[in-house]
Amino acid sequence: MTITKANLIDSIYKQSDLRKQESTSAVESLLEIIKHTLESGEDLLVSGFGKFCVKDKNMRRGRNPHTGNGLMLDARRVVTFKCSRTLRENLNKKKK
Amino acid sequence: MTKSELVEALSKGEDLTKTKAEEIVNLVFSEMTNALANGERIEIRGLGSFKVKRYDGYSGRNPKTGKQIKVKPKKLPFFKCGKELKERVDI
Repeated sequence: MTITKANLIDSIYKQSDLRKQESTSAVESLLEIIKHTLESGEDLLVSGFGKFCVKDKNMRRGRNPHTGNGLMLDARRVVTFKCSRTLRENLNKKKK
Repeated sequence: MTKSELVEALSKGEDLTKTKAEEIVNLVFSEMTNALANGERIEIRGLGSFKVKRYDGYSGRNPKTGKQIKVKPKKLPFFKCGKELKERVDI
């Protein structure tokens, strides 16, 4: 099953004393803060989870895989995620 | 930005106490950790998606000493940036 924003909102609602409306608002607000931070070029470090890094990529020569024509790919800025040791350990824990 | 700064920003933006904001931030990330630990995919529109990739074990070498070692099978999380975030971050 895929976890979506609705599932996150639901678990906040169930596990805290916030109302549904407040949970929705808090999650939306949290996501917007995250996006805004990355947009401004700042990295986001969530201890115990991982680090969202903003990386500048140089312009490079690429190729259209379909036609094989060479073309230039513009410089761009991307978000990468590096998982924390804790998250990695949690994923690799033996079940039960 | 760190988690505590994230908590601070959420508490200001949503008019919540710091304790409450911290509880929410912790809940969000622990829910995501649990989902990934159960092998589930996470998809958050606008932000991106996470999925777990499995790797088989293999025998490798310590590049420094040249000693042969067995690398155990492992699982690692991967993040794929969503469309909105991708467009907002790119200049």
